[in-house]
Amino acid sequence: MITNENMSVLEPVATEQITSTTKPEPSPHNHQSPPDEPLVIIEPSRSWVAINIRDLWVYRELLYFLTWRDIKVRYKQTVLGAAWAIIQPLFAMIIFTLFFGKLAGIASDNIPYPIFAYSGLLPWTFLSAAINNSSNSLIGTDSRLITKVYFPRMIIPCAAVSAGLIDLAIASLILFGMLAYYHIAITASLLLLPFIIVLLTLLAIGIGMWTSALNVKYRDVRYALPFFIQLWMFSSPIIYPSSLIPQKWRWLYNLNPLVGIVEAFRDSFFGKEINWSALAISTVITLTILISSAYAFRRLEKSFADIL
Amino acid sequence: MKPIIKIEGLSKRYKIGEHVAPYGSLRETLSRAARAPLQWGRKRKATRFVWALKDIGFEVPPGQILGIIGRNGAGKSTLLKVLSRITEPTAGRIELYGRTGSLLEVGTGFHHELSGRENIYLNGAILGMGRQEIERKFDEIVAFAEIEKFLDTPVKHYSSGMYMRLAFAVAAHLEPEILLVDEVLAVGDAEFQKKCLTKMGDIGHQGKTVLLVSHNMASVINLCQRAIRLSNGKVVADGNPVDVVQGYLTETRSADGQILWNDPAEAPGTEIIRLHSVRILQEGIDGPTADVDISKEVLVEMKYWNLQENAPLYSGMWLRDQVGTIVLSSANLHSMSLTDDPWFGRPHPLGMFQSVCRIPGNFLNEGHYSVSAILGKVPDKTQVLEDQVLSFHVHDTGEMRKHYYGGWVGVVRPRLAWHTEYIEGVVPEAIDGEEKLASVRG
Repeated sequence: MITNENMSVLEPVATEQITSTTKPEPSPHNHQSPPDEPLVIIEPSRSWVAINIRDLWVYRELLYFLTWRDIKVRYKQTVLGAAWAIIQPLFAMIIFTLFFGKLAGIASDNIPYPIFAYSGLLPWTFLSAAINNSSNSLIGTDSRLITKVYFPRMIIPCAAVSAGLIDLAIASLILFGMLAYYHIAITASLLLLPFIIVLLTLLAIGIGMWTSALNVKYRDVRYALPFFIQLWMFSSPIIYPSSLIPQKWRWLYNLNPLVGIVEAFRDSFFGKEINWSALAISTVITLTILISSAYAFRRLEKSFADIL
Repeated sequence: MKPIIKIEGLSKRYKIGEHVAPYGSLRETLSRAARAPLQWGRKRKATRFVWALKDIGFEVPPGQILGIIGRNGAGKSTLLKVLSRITEPTAGRIELYGRTGSLLEVGTGFHHELSGRENIYLNGAILGMGRQEIERKFDEIVAFAEIEKFLDTPVKHYSSGMYMRLAFAVAAHLEPEILLVDEVLAVGDAEFQKKCLTKMGDIGHQGKTVLLVSHNMASVINLCQRAIRLSNGKVVADGNPVDVVQGYLTETRSADGQILWNDPAEAPGTEIIRLHSVRILQEGIDGPTADVDISKEVLVEMKYWNLQENAPLYSGMWLRDQVGTIVLSSANLHSMSLTDDPWFGRPHPLGMFQSVCRIPGNFLNEGHYSVSAILGKVPDKTQVLEDQVLSFHVHDTGEMRKHYYGGWVGVVRPRLAWHTEYIEGVVPEAIDGEEKLASVRG
C-alpha cells in the first residue's frame, strides 16, 4: 500500500504559484493624490455636440502617423509605388487629349489642351481618390481600431484624405515640366495656390466625413459613390472650360464648389484673372459642407463601435 | 482616500438584434420613413432591449489593482469599453481623475506590411503615446519584446510568438495613471506569460491604478487587491479577491443538473437557433443530476429549437474547471468526434433537436466542472454561446483509489496505459558500504 509520504508526485503543487508572486500592496507614497477636477467625464452625450477640439489636439500626432502609414503601406504594396501618383492623371490626360482635344475639338481658353486638361485632372484625381479612400476608411482594416481603442474617430477619414496630398505634390512636378515645355511663365497668381489646395483638402474632408460615417450605417454608399463621383466630374470644369456653359446657367453651375476651386487652381498657374465671385461661392459651400459633416460625424460616431 | 475612478449609476443598453444584423440598408430606413406617417397614432412595434450594464456604481482609490470577473456576457467587456470611451453609456456618469490607457487587445492597429520599428511608432500613437514618449521608451520596448534582430523586418514575417511579444511590449510601456486591461495575459508561451505577469505586478508597484478583466482566477487572486464580480450587468460582489472568486466559482445558474427554457422567445439564441435545455445525465441515475460518479460516463445533453428551415447546424460545448480554465472544447464535427453524428451539417427541418456528448468515465478529476453550450450554423459564426450554463460535481467512488489515497493533481485524471519492462543484462555494480548507500538514499 502506498501512502501519501512516499508518493508525492501526485500531490498538489498549485499553492506554490499563488504564494510565490508578491502581490503589490497599495502604496500611497508612489503616487500623488488625484487632481480635484476630473480629467475626463463620461456621460451619455446630447445628440448635437460640437467638435471636441481639445481631444483633436491631444491626438494630433495620430493623424500624422495614420497618414504616414497609409502612404508607406501603399508604396510597399505596389510595384510601381509613387509612380502611380503620376500615371493616373497622365494617362487620363492623354486619353482626354485624344478624344476631347483632338477629335471633339473642345475649346480650352487658348491654353494647349494637354496642359489645360492636366491642370484640371490634378485636383480632380486628388479629390476623387480622397473621397474614395476616406469613405471606405472606417469599414476597412481600421474598424478594429474603432472597437478596441478610443481616439477622435474623425482622424481616420482625415488621414485618408491627407495621404493623397503626397500624390498631388508628386503629380504637380509633371505640371511644372509641362509649363516649361509650353513656355508658359509663372506669375504672382501662383501665390494663391496654397490657399486653393487647403480649400480643396477641406472639401475632400467634408465629403469624406459625410460618406465615411454614412457608409458605416448604410453600405449602399459604397455602391452609389463611384456613380456620384463620375457625375461630378462631368459637371465640373475638368476637361472643358466653364466658359462652355451658357451665361444664364452659370449661377447654377457655380454652386458646384469644385467649379471655383478648379478654375482658380488653373488660373493660378496660367496667370489669368481669378474669378473671385466663383471662388467665394466655393469657399462658403465648402465650409458649409465641412461644418455640417463634423456635426453629422459626431452624431453618427456614437454608434460606430456598436455597429462595427 | 479620494478615488481616481468614480462610477455612478452606469447603464448601457443594446438593442436586441443589433449584433445579428449590424447594419441596415438605406432602402430599409427609407421605406420605414415612408411608412411612418401611416403609422401615426398606431402603437409602434416594441423594440426589445437588453441591459449590458445596469446601475453600476463603485469607486477605485489610486494605486489599486482591481479585478473584474464574471461569466461571458456578464458585462465585463462592456464596462471596459464604456470606461475607455469606445462606446457611450446610456445613463450614468464616470469621473476619471487621471490619464487613461486601455488595453482591450494587443496589437491593435499593427500593420503586416510595416516593420517592427514602424509598428512600434504606429501602435504607440494609437494607444495614445506621443512621438517623444515612444522615442524615449523605444529601446526598452525592443529589449522587452526580444526582437532586436528583426526590427526592420515586416511583422508579417514574424512568428506568432514574436508578434505577440512586440504587441504586448508596446502596450506594457504605456504610462497612464489608470490602465484598463482585458485578458491580455493569456498570450504567448509560458515564459512570456510569466514576464507579462511580472510586468503587471511592476505596474502595480509603480502606484498605477489597474482595472483587470480576466477569466483567469489565479491571476486575479495573485495580482489584485480587490475584485468585483458582475452578473447580468450588475455588481453582485465586491471585496477581497479570494472571497469574490470563491463566490464566482459556486455561481452557476443551475445546481440541479439541468437548465430549461420553456418559451423560445425567452431562450438564449438568435432567429436561427435557440437553446431549450441542457442536462447532465449518467447511467444509473434517474433524471438529470449535478453529482456524478467519476468512474462512469457523463452525458451532456442539449436540446434546441431550429427556427430556420434547412439550416445546417452543429453543436458543441466547453468544459471549464473550478478556476475557469477551459478543460476541453468539443463539437459534433465529424473530424472532431469519435462517432459520425448523423445530423452534423445536414439541413435541419424546423423543430427540436437533441445532441448528446459523452465524456468517458475515469477521465475527469474530482471536483467542480461547468458546461458551456455552443450552437451554430455551418459555416457561419456561433449563434449560441451560453457560458457556464450548468455545473456538476465529480465524485470519486474509489475505483482508482485502491492503491493511493492522497491528493491528486491534474485538470483531468484519465486512466492511461502503463507498462514496465526489465531490461536484461544491465546490472549496476554492487554499492558497498553503508555510508555510500545512505548518501544515495538521500
